Amino acid sequence: MTTEALVRVAFTVNGAPYDLEVPARRLLSDALRHDLRLTGTHVGCEHGVCGACTVLVDGAPIRSCLVFAVSLEGAAITTVEGCRNAEGGMGPVQQAFQECHALQCGFCTPGFITTVTAYLEDHPAPTAAEAREAISGNLCRCTGYQNIVAAVQRAAEIKWGEGA
Amino acid sequence: MKPSPFSYHRPRTVEEAVELLGALGEEGKVLAGGQSLVPLMSMRLAAPAHLVDVNHIPELDTVAVTAAGVRVGATARHARVEKDAAAYDAAPLLRQGLVNVAHPTIRNRGTTVGSLVHADPSAEMPAVLALLGGSVELRSTAGSREVAAADFFVGPMESALRPGELAVAATFHRPPPRSGSAFVELARRHGDYALCGVAALVTTDHDGAVTTARVALISVGPVPVVVDVGAAVHGTGTAFDTERLAGLLDAAIDPEADIHATAEYRRHLAHVLAARALTEAHEHAGPTRDERAS
Amino acid sequence: MTTKLFGARIRRSEDPRLVTGNGRYLDDLGHDAYEVAFVRSPHAHARILDIDVSEGVEVDGLVAIYTYQDLDGRMGEPLPLLIPHPTLTHGRTQHALARDEVNYVGEAVVMVVAVDRYVAEDVVGRVRVDYEPLPAVVGIDAARAAADLVHPDVPGNAAAVMVQESGDAEAAIDAAPHVLELDLSIERSASMPMEGKGVLARWDSDDESLLVHTSTQTSTSVRQAVAAKLGLPVDRVEVVTPDVGGGFGVKIVHPWPEEVLVPWAAVRLGHPVKWTEDRREHFVSSAHERAQQHHVRVGYDDEGRLHGLSVRFWHDNGAYTPYGLIVPIITSTQLLGPYKPGAYRVEFTSLYTNTVIVTPYRGAGRPQGCFVMERTMDAIADALGLDRAEVRLRNFIRPDEMPYDHGLIFQDGRPLVYDSGDFPASLDKLTKLVGWDDFEAYRAQARSEGRRVGIGLACYVEGTGVGPYEGGHVRVETDGTVVVSTGLTTQGQGHQTMLAQIVADELGVPFDRIRVTTGDTRRFKYAVGTFASRTAVMSGSAVALTARKVREKALRIAAQALEASVDDLDIVDGHVEVKGSPGATIDLGAVAVLSNPLRYAFDEAAARATQFATPADPDTPPVAPGEAPGLEGTDFYSPPRSTFANGMHAVVVETDPDTADIKILRYCVVHDCGTIINPMIVEGQVHGGVAQGVGGALYERMEYGPDGQLLNASFMDFLMPYASEVPEIEIDHLETPSPLNPLGVKGAGEAGVIPGSAAIASAIEDAEGIPIRSMPISPSELFDLRSRRSV
Ligand SMILES: Cc1cc2nc3c(=O)[nH]c(=O)nc-3n(C[C@H](O)[C@H](O)[C@H](O)COP(=O)(O)OP(=O)(O)OC[C@H]3O[C@@H](n4cnc5c(N)ncnc54)[C@H](O)[C@@H]3O)c2cc1C
Ligand code: FES
Ligand code: FES
Repeated sequence: MTTEALVRVAFTVNGAPYDLEVPARRLLSDALRHDLRLTGTHVGCEHGVCGACTVLVDGAPIRSCLVFAVSLEGAAITTVEGCRNAEGGMGPVQQAFQECHALQCGFCTPGFITTVTAYLEDHPAPTAAEAREAISGNLCRCTGYQNIVAAVQRAAEIKWGEGA
Repeated sequence: MKPSPFSYHRPRTVEEAVELLGALGEEGKVLAGGQSLVPLMSMRLAAPAHLVDVNHIPELDTVAVTAAGVRVGATARHARVEKDAAAYDAAPLLRQGLVNVAHPTIRNRGTTVGSLVHADPSAEMPAVLALLGGSVELRSTAGSREVAAADFFVGPMESALRPGELAVAATFHRPPPRSGSAFVELARRHGDYALCGVAALVTTDHDGAVTTARVALISVGPVPVVVDVGAAVHGTGTAFDTERLAGLLDAAIDPEADIHATAEYRRHLAHVLAARALTEAHEHAGPTRDERAS
Repeated sequence: MTTKLFGARIRRSEDPRLVTGNGRYLDDLGHDAYEVAFVRSPHAHARILDIDVSEGVEVDGLVAIYTYQDLDGRMGEPLPLLIPHPTLTHGRTQHALARDEVNYVGEAVVMVVAVDRYVAEDVVGRVRVDYEPLPAVVGIDAARAAADLVHPDVPGNAAAVMVQESGDAEAAIDAAPHVLELDLSIERSASMPMEGKGVLARWDSDDESLLVHTSTQTSTSVRQAVAAKLGLPVDRVEVVTPDVGGGFGVKIVHPWPEEVLVPWAAVRLGHPVKWTEDRREHFVSSAHERAQQHHVRVGYDDEGRLHGLSVRFWHDNGAYTPYGLIVPIITSTQLLGPYKPGAYRVEFTSLYTNTVIVTPYRGAGRPQGCFVMERTMDAIADALGLDRAEVRLRNFIRPDEMPYDHGLIFQDGRPLVYDSGDFPASLDKLTKLVGWDDFEAYRAQARSEGRRVGIGLACYVEGTGVGPYEGGHVRVETDGTVVVSTGLTTQGQGHQTMLAQIVADELGVPFDRIRVTTGDTRRFKYAVGTFASRTAVMSGSAVALTARKVREKALRIAAQALEASVDDLDIVDGHVEVKGSPGATIDLGAVAVLSNPLRYAFDEAAARATQFATPADPDTPPVAPGEAPGLEGTDFYSPPRSTFANGMHAVVVETDPDTADIKILRYCVVHDCGTIINPMIVEGQVHGGVAQGVGGALYERMEYGPDGQLLNASFMDFLMPYASEVPEIEIDHLETPSPLNPLGVKGAGEAGVIPGSAAIASAIEDAEGIPIRSMPISPSELFDLRSRRSV
């Protein structure tokens, strides 16, 4: 078996442009984590079920373990690192997760943060039931989800500001 | 869990894609949303030598509503079809089925046409196509062919697609006026493939009495099972005789046991969920907008 | 005044890092390392005839392929039997790479090292192993029947038979007014943390030292094991636990084959080597738990009081027994819960099967024990027509009977003595919280709407904080920062926050000046590990004792500097003050400077501690006798025995009369884990435990085929609950302090999971009127039970 051919692909991650040469089979999750060293995106199953690897592509959450990096030519990708505030501190969703104790081991957390960040764009004031529904495609083995539901609602408050 | 190596092709037009697929034959596979193909590759249950990535062909990313129905292009994501207001108006069953397909995150990437080609007997959209009627457009270097819904699903994970062919679009027929539809399923967890699911389509007369009633069932046969249940409509035309319904269904379905459910339970669910879906579909059936206006 | 942090809802100091993507889990490290994949057995039981690697060798990017033949020295010996017990007469452990036989699907046979995991898997696909399949023993029934044997030299597939007895149970049962017999069983599940295992090893050939990062629950013990296996002096090996994405028991087992193989390969290759377990590997080669079958005989009177209880059970321990008999021993002792059983006899057989090994998963044998006892309580109530809560109340150990000695030996080899608890008060809180007494009205209303509902409850007692010991180290840096370390590890329980809260209070320093490190043998070498809900009790106590020691030292030094008496000093907000004289203060950083007399002034602070900086008594040595330089201390906590937490759960379920779908409407928890350090963290532990309890009751099971193939080795088919499956959890606390430790705390980590199956079974039985004797239960199984009743 000879060395694998590399394929060129250009996209942006958290606003920064990248021009990569990777094997065609490189999963986006691996490209982010190991080629770009953005290790905030986690891998919990590599078959699309757990959601730990969720990133935003052109604003919409997708599983980064279920796409090849080369397929994302021209895309704008946002990872959990891109959900920070302008100063590099905690963004609204991240802040809410801390306030509500919505994480324990933190392994699932990046997938929740990205999912919730996208969700809040068009759901400024979710009810508890809506918040629960919104996070129902992500697995967490630690928290029992209750505080994550609270954090979704709290993040909406922080992001959209009560009355602001 | 990493895929085997493959050669990657990124055509920009349908022509280019079809040329590639033609040249590759059995060696080539279409990569659409990848939501079924990539996990299979990561588990090394599939190892295609070449992937033809159709995600960069703008002409495939379409949802068009016509008098005949809704035409969904090959790269239209489940989420886009689900949210398309005109598509919902024309055939509400599309959205009713789609909200049961996995989780929103999967629907953001997975394609409706890909789901049809993949032909999972537990998938919702094949049942929707089978029930509404319609067709899939297949293109190859030899030209185009249109396969009717009834002929498209051949067996579990097997559609009428041949090597070298690209499914460019699928058309879902618009149901007749005064029709109602519903999709009811039971899954172990919210978002899982259903233990059993039923799509129902009911058409009524001006007085609301049922004139035709059909269902399509998933996870109880090798392909979506379409059953005409008109014979189970009660004399009054407003309700269904559950026993007759069960008889009709039993004659058509052939459920199997797996680790999640016995065959007996699936059969029972088919009865219960079909009754629920029909009732709900009947509730949605009613006068057309024009009739209401007059 | 510094406000007291102990008991407060302090936000976690871990979180800013973790939520922003700055956590460092195992696979986030070692980007330069070679990566490993394994050829694993596709057979449950087979002899290895031949291994042919020739095709694999051609793959570009391959670094090395190893089989058992390559393992030298002690690497070739079986892995250690970690917890030997005299009763474990037939303990067996596996080799790091299978020698001539495989005993479960997933057992590692060949190790492949390559430039990355993709290439390593390519090679794995090209290695040919020839097997001669042998008959597989799968499930407890097959193991008991023993028509085939897992290990030819283990008769009856029995690793151990153990009996404990207090009083003459059989005689007491025979003499009792009523006798009931029940068969009860629980299926296999698993810890299933979101992050699998993983190991990264770096060998420094110049320094002849090995640095291992591993996603473990015990770094100190991995260090000893790696040194022993590799034949290295222990002081040449350090083991660091990075951020760990959950453990729940599976990562307390060690050394996993990979934990010795990866360091071994790193030394051989002189290059960093990493293995990151993928999900499929985790399913087929990391431990499972729970599968047990139980037969209960119970004798009781007209009031429902127990006279005698006899339990026989069969425990499926999988293919090997590296973790000894801990799980069945816990079941056999903890099934007693808050009750006085009268005379008690328990006998278990621990059985080999050709499946993945069984070691503790959160709860560790308690969920099974609780299920057995609580189903028995319900059966007694049902037989006598009594209220289920009332029967429990009548059998409770009363607060005035504490400490209560069951006359048995617990998992730590110590007597089973409950230290404290107020069970009637807990039950009272629970029945109020869930509205136990008003439920019939609710049931009637639901029924009128065509809905079917049921209520159930379950109680448990949990031995927590088992020994032998943990330690802590606290040092005040010269800038006033306080660094704390403890040897045990963290998998998300908020230990850094919790331990900082304790130190902040004990030492009188602001919370944000405290840095806590766990599970790094470079920082602290003596520890046991994180399991059995022991961190708050063990490390919490150890760190508190240490902080007290450091405080005393700080006061001694400050007393000299401030020319005051120690008794007049206090530490507030990081400053030592003379009580009542506001001006006289010295900050702890300065005290730290003074604690370390110096010759060299390498910075301004140090200058103050040099020989000529301060006038000193020429006749006393700079470091006083009995003192050591530095404002630091180390101390250990070693309790006489475990402390016992308790709790009670009540559940309301709705079952669909047509589809047999099961929905949890309400889930109420009353929980007593002694004094609470951080209620927010404790509630989080309860939530997580309950979710796992719900999973174990309604969704999760390891589904083995008769040939020993695991049929659902993916998250698609092993159904861990999403948010949509977990109910809102209502919690009420009781705080009965433990008399056994300086903080009064008891463990909280496992509690939430224990009564899940018992309480949910109770509620389903109540809704359906069908006895529920085995868990988990799916809609299909409930449908089946209904069909069998109606014929
Ligand atoms: C966690 C998870 C849960 C899911 N749950 C459900 C569910 O509940 N119900 C459900 O229906 N689905 C479910 N899916 C599958 C999902 O709907 C997929 O998107 C769908 O089955 C396939 O669409 P795709 O675009 O991703 O196809 P791909 O994965 O790209 O392709 C699937 C197959 O179809 C072929 N193919 C795709 N498009 C074309 C084309 N245009 N022409 C020719 N061949 C083509 C490919 O070559 C491949 O063989 C789930 C997926 C995941 C990961
Ligand atoms: S790692 Fe992608 S969904 Fe689990
Ligand atoms: S916080 Fe550990 S998996 Fe969610």
